[in-house]
Formats: sequence, C-alpha cells, structure tokens
Amino acid sequence: MSLIRKTAAELGSLIAAGEVSAVEVAEAHLDRMAEVEPKVKAFLHVDRETTIEQARAVDARLRAGERLGPLAGVPIAHKDIFTTRDMPTTAASKILEGWRPPYDATVTARLREAGLVILGKTNLDEFAMGSSTENSAYQVTHNPWDLSRVPGGSSGGSSAAVAAYEAPLSTGTDTGGSIRQPASVTGIVGMKPTYGGSSRYGLIAFASSLDTPGPFARNVLDAALLHEAFSGYDPMDSTSVDAPVPSVVEAARNPDVSGMRIGVVKEFAGEGFQPGVLARYQEAVHLLESLGAKVVEVSCPSFTTALPAYYLIAPSECSSNLARFDAMRYGLRVGDDGTRSAEEVMALTRAAGFGPEVKRRIMLGTYALSSGYYDAYYGQAQKVRTVISREFEAAYQQVDVLVSPTTPTTAFPIGERADDPMAMYLADLCTIPSNLSGNAAMSVPCGLADEDGLPVGLQIMAPVLGDDRCYRVGAAVEQALESHWGGGLLSRAPEL
Amino acid sequence: MSAITRDEVAHLARLSRLALTDDELDHYATQLDQIIESVAKVSEVAADDVPPSSHALPLTNVFRADEVRQSLTPDQALSGAPAVEDDRFRVPRILGEEA
Repeated sequence: MSLIRKTAAELGSLIAAGEVSAVEVAEAHLDRMAEVEPKVKAFLHVDRETTIEQARAVDARLRAGERLGPLAGVPIAHKDIFTTRDMPTTAASKILEGWRPPYDATVTARLREAGLVILGKTNLDEFAMGSSTENSAYQVTHNPWDLSRVPGGSSGGSSAAVAAYEAPLSTGTDTGGSIRQPASVTGIVGMKPTYGGSSRYGLIAFASSLDTPGPFARNVLDAALLHEAFSGYDPMDSTSVDAPVPSVVEAARNPDVSGMRIGVVKEFAGEGFQPGVLARYQEAVHLLESLGAKVVEVSCPSFTTALPAYYLIAPSECSSNLARFDAMRYGLRVGDDGTRSAEEVMALTRAAGFGPEVKRRIMLGTYALSSGYYDAYYGQAQKVRTVISREFEAAYQQVDVLVSPTTPTTAFPIGERADDPMAMYLADLCTIPSNLSGNAAMSVPCGLADEDGLPVGLQIMAPVLGDDRCYRVGAAVEQALESHWGGGLLSRAPEL
Repeated sequence: MSAITRDEVAHLARLSRLALTDDELDHYATQLDQIIESVAKVSEVAADDVPPSSHALPLTNVFRADEVRQSLTPDQALSGAPAVEDDRFRVPRILGEEA
C-alpha cells in the first residue's frame, strides 16, 4: 500500500522501526499535494524545503536514539490560524498577508516536540468565521468527495487535506463546530476537546470563551494519538484546564460500549434535516444498541436557542478580540500618507483588510454590546448559555454520552449559501451547544446519504473532561461500520 | 419595523473603526436587520432568575511569580510592524484629533 494511504499510527511505527524515513514519508505526501492541490486547494502555504528540513531533523533525532512519541516523523497539515515561526500565518485574512509570527503557538510547539512534520498551513474561513471556507480571502477549498461542494468550515482546508490523502492528520479549531462540521461533510473524524483541554496560546483569537484546538484524522485512533500529542495544561493560557489529559488513546483502543447509556437528543431531528442524514444517523444509533449500549431519548429544549445565543456571544467576543488589528504593530497598514490621523488609518486599514463576514460579525458584536442593547442581547445570550449548560448537566445524570447528527445536511454546493448568512449559520445547529457548555464532542463518519452519496457524521457529546467517552463510542461505531463496509468510508470516495 | 437603521449601522461602523462605503452600509443594514431579528429569539428563553455565564467552566484568576523571564527581543517584536523608527513602532499622528 502506498505511504499516503497508511494511517498515522502505521506510519509512526514504520518510521520508528527504521523501515521508512520521515523524509520519504514527507516526500510522498508533498508529491500527492503537488498532484491534487490544483483541484482541492486545501493549503495556503506550502514550502517543500522547510518540510523536508523538519523531516530530516526528526530522522536525525531518531537515529541519535531520542525517544519521541508514536507520531514522530508523521506529516501533518496545520490550520493557518496557529502561529508558526517558520511559515507565514494569515488566518486567511488580507490584514495578516505575509505575516511571519515571532513565536510558535503552544499547539505548534508540541507538534514539533512530538516530531510531527508540518506540511504547510491550511485554508480556513477568515479568522475561523464561517462554515464553508468560502470566507477565505485567498481561495475556495473544494470537497474531495465532490469538487463542486464545500469542505465545511471554518477548518475546511484541514478537513479537505486529510480526506484527499494529502496528509494523514491535521489540526483545526472549533468555536461553534469548525472541526466537527468539516469532518462530517468530508467523511473523516474530527474532535473538539473539552474547552481548556488544549491550549489557545498562539491561536489567533476569534471568540476566546469558545475557541478550542482539536485533531482531524481518517480514523479514531489516529485522532486520539494527535489529541494526546498536543493537549494538556499550558501555563501560557489562562483558561487552560490544569488536569490530566483524558485517556483518549486507551479509549480508542477499547471500543466497547456494552452497558453504556446513550442519549438521543430529541430536538435534533425532523424538520430541516436531510432525510439521508437522518437515515444514516438512526442506523448508527441502532448499531450502538446492537453493540450492547442502552439507548434512551433525552429532551434538551433549549438547544434550539443555542444558535441565536451563539450568534450574539461569538460576534461580541470577536468585536473585542479583533480590535487588536489596529494597523500599528503588525499586519496591513493602509492610507498612511502623513496627512491622516491614526484613527483614519485604522478605519481604512480595517475596511481594506477584513472581508464581509468579519465586518458583519464585528458590527453585530458591537451592536450586541452597546449600551441600551447589552441586556437584551449579550446579557440574555449569556443566560441562555447557563440554561444550556444546566440541560447538559441534567442529561448527563441519565446518560454517559449524547448523540445527534453532526450537521443537518451533507456538504452543500459552493456558492449556495455564500450570500445568505442565516442559511450558512444553520450548518452549526447541532454543534454549537457543546461549545457554549465547554463539553467534549466528536464527529465520526456513519455512512453516505442516499440522495447525494455524500458523507454523514454522527456527533458524540460527552461531559467536560469526558473526552475519552467520545473516543470509545466513536471507535465502536467505526469498527462495526468498517467491518460491515469492508473498509473505511473514504475508500468509497471518487479518485481525484 | 426594522430592528436596525442605516444610520445605526454607520454609527456601528465608526465605533468598529471600519471605513465603509455607502453601498456597504446599505448592504449591511439589510443583513444585520435580518440577523438581529432572528437572534432576538434569545429573549424568549431565559427568565430573570437565571444567572448569566460568560464562560463554560468556572474561572479563577491565574497568577505567576513576578520574575523576569525571557521574552521577545526588540527586533522580534518589531519584525511585523508596518513602520519602525529607533527601535519603536512608528504610528500616524494620534494627537489633535477631533472627538
């Protein structure tokens, strides 16, 4: 089997055993990228030499007898919202075009320590605001299953790169579903760890109370290995959780759900959901039952107001976070001709440097936080957040995990929702509650919808620091479905 | 009745330091109006006795010892600056602005 089709775990073992070098593995993936990138357009930045150099350094560390983790020498695609010392970091925004950060994000630094080889920086919706990656200021990324469709978003470059076998692993960030939704619509595994379980240091901020880095992979075990490699307490992030990383790798290796109590969220089905999505989802629930899990229906009535609450909370935080782009210390500066004031230069720069969705959210957040409206909008949304957390807590008294479809529909056509913000926002309907409550949640492939032959994801939600439960259930679903299908879901994707 | 007027959008753009064109103001006035109408649903849910949550998890202040540690050098800190002079960020005039 060619190197690009292997799992990350297999590649790590081959490299550790000296059967293949990190350089050879990196080259195989760089060649694949050269072949399919013109169609997929997952990457914003690729630098063959820097990548080979990293791989060479890992080979040298291994030869010197250094004990690295199970992913040493394995290549990874890195979302272009994490700072990287040796590569540009843009957040897919013109305001940061060409910016070379002077420091590595904690996630980046931990990838390097574990010996992962960064293949390049992946495309995203500008500042991670979107559900289709169409809001990138640079390029549109295409879904490897159907190039006329979106790869999800905001981490759409990362999902497309893994689904297209350009990389076995990638990083993402999930603020309202930006890992789980792209994973779902490209037929791969995506995990949003517990909030604070992975570090935000060096992650360009969108909504700080929600932003959570997490892994993408083509299978559950690979996702767990990556999760373990970059997660855990970080003193550089004031909201980092000072607790051990849940034993996600062990859980991924023990796909046993017998006796587990699984709650089906009643509110996430029916109107607005594509029939083919619901069919695959219901089959996955029956499958879990046949594997010995106890399935019960759980009602969380406030989950339907999570979406409006999110579209007040996230823009409010973004309007504050993005104030740092002031044309003074880094990034773009427009109109500084010696006659204009700092304030004028700032306003011209931000108008030229931010795209339409970012401007929309900055103004929406400014509105929600302004005096006279604060109580009615931002304040009220924060109360909804409390109610949703309480409903999760009540649900987890009865069940170990909750499940739902990850997204209401399969991947939608490029351009279909680009000018309709409210339609776009609906893609995150089922994923947002776990962001508001800080819970762990995963999307795992559960089949193809009958009407369009496109991937469907099962969402598995677990309590705070119950990340291992997502991996246990995800691995059980994966194992049973793959034995039924005779291989992974991606083996049914068309050749690129 | 619309929730947000074009004049309000112009005010928001000024608060947000976004120099928008007239066409953009019209466009955003329509879109923000739709979005605000839709998110106003939050007011139907939570009762007065529900406390607000700013974060999902309980937060406490994080302190560290007040010790000098390695940080960015001046060159590193200035490496992305649009304009630099004498190891400092050079910025447009900030005094004498009208309020």
